[in-house]
Amino acid sequence: MSALTQLRHQVNFDLTIFRRNSAATFFTVIFPLIFLFIFTSIFGNQEVGPPGEEVRAATFYVPGILALAVISATLVNLAITMVSRRERGLLKRVRGTPLRPWIFVMSQAVAGVAISFFMTVVVVGIGWLVFDVDVNASGVPSLIISVFVAAASFSALGLALTSIIPSENAAPAITNAIVLPLYFISDVFIVGEKPEWMATVADIFPIQHTASALQESFDPFADTTPWPWDHWLIVAAWGLFGLVVTLATFRWTSARR
Amino acid sequence: MAKAIDVVGLVKSYGSHRAVDGVDLSVEEGEIVAFLGPNGAGKTSTIEVLEGYRERDSGSVSVLGEDPAKASTEWRERVGIVLQESQLIEELSAIETIRMHSRYYRASRDPEEVLGLVGLADSADQRGSKLSGGQKRRLDLALALIGDPELVFLDEPTTGFDPSARRESWSMIEALRETGCSVLLTTHYMDEAEQLADRIVVIAGGRVVANGTAADLADLVGARTTVSWRPGPSDPAPPPGLAAVATGDTMTLSPTDLVADLHALTGWAREANVHLDGLAVKQPTLEDVYLTLTADASPTADAEPGSEAS
Repeated sequence: MSALTQLRHQVNFDLTIFRRNSAATFFTVIFPLIFLFIFTSIFGNQEVGPPGEEVRAATFYVPGILALAVISATLVNLAITMVSRRERGLLKRVRGTPLRPWIFVMSQAVAGVAISFFMTVVVVGIGWLVFDVDVNASGVPSLIISVFVAAASFSALGLALTSIIPSENAAPAITNAIVLPLYFISDVFIVGEKPEWMATVADIFPIQHTASALQESFDPFADTTPWPWDHWLIVAAWGLFGLVVTLATFRWTSARR
Repeated sequence: MAKAIDVVGLVKSYGSHRAVDGVDLSVEEGEIVAFLGPNGAGKTSTIEVLEGYRERDSGSVSVLGEDPAKASTEWRERVGIVLQESQLIEELSAIETIRMHSRYYRASRDPEEVLGLVGLADSADQRGSKLSGGQKRRLDLALALIGDPELVFLDEPTTGFDPSARRESWSMIEALRETGCSVLLTTHYMDEAEQLADRIVVIAGGRVVANGTAADLADLVGARTTVSWRPGPSDPAPPPGLAAVATGDTMTLSPTDLVADLHALTGWAREANVHLDGLAVKQPTLEDVYLTLTADASPTADAEPGSEAS
């Protein structure tokens, strides 16, 4: 069986496992949609923008919600499920088979990217159908690139994160302790002016750049396709860092066994 | 005959503790060998070196002609592993789990057939989270067999089973013998080793303390058949030639010549009108032999080593 066929089979099984895991599907699929409903309820969905070009306010919530969905589908989901599989001896068993390790690891990232694109369709689709969100066709190519760069990079970061998580119980706590504060300062939940020091801190991390890249891609007033290279490069650099850490430190067995 | 496993002078230390201290071990092609020892004796450390999970400090190790420390994908195709502790993916059914693993091998057995082989055909669609402990262990075995291995490692395959589930597992392991598969089995149960293994290797304190058939091991510790009975209150003392030892309310003989001593005992009993209540002639059990063998080894470690590894 060729490596590519093996990868395809493993991705299929990993997507089935994700689909049947109610905690993972809730936090990745339902949770971001709940936020979209909450934001439009609290902040309203009035028309904004220059006269004649008004768009619904929900159009500006969608990029943040999308960033939340992509990071849940990749970093959060992978950090939690891979630590669980490691601590329960499942990775050790895989390591004892002829499956090449890179195929198994790559499958996790491919599944994360696939779920991210599924969520892009769901969030944008529900935004368009329910909240009259303006989808600017000229931004679609950069939206696709932004989602891909973010999903791949946050998958690598999620796998890298497993190395510093000691136990199954600690996984959700450590993961959320990292992403939650960054969501708040990185234009995921709240878009707008913030203190300069906070903006400086947010700019170091990839969540801000993911949110910014998605915002630029989703700009309803853009006439030409936006190319947010600076944000893509910073997110990709973090992804590369995650890949290097993963290759150097990924563990297949629990430290306690 | 070619050797499936050939280990000479294996050493594995964790810090200053030599968990495996010069172990020699071999398994011939098609042979089932039981690897016995108390917790902390170095069983799991040894088997994990052979499975390619741990690096050794020194010694030569050949498993199916290769060094497992450099385990290749091709080598993994030929080896099946049942780990001591491992769980299943809760979201996949038994048959889906086997199918997923069958894709890992270039040539695998038919998933349905393997599922039937381990007696799980009726639970094919049960999710991992819904399988009982015994069913999970059988699925573990199925996953070890799906690649049609030449050598199978079974690390305590029946721990926690009820007696009937153990017997079923035994018949599955014996069925492996028919296929010519070599097996290295670790266990705590003496009857399991006696039932399944062609040869038994006992390890204690990181060293091999015995190696042979159950009968060889009994000879090694000089275990003898014993004769015992409960003397009545008015019984005369047995003749001094019999060297009977009283323990509690039981008299015991450990004869060097069983037939002669039995003859002398019954002759004396008949003359002296002694009833010999509860007269029993007992073969030494492997359990007795094992306890004798492992009692001498230093009981240093009280847990399986491994915390400082990986």
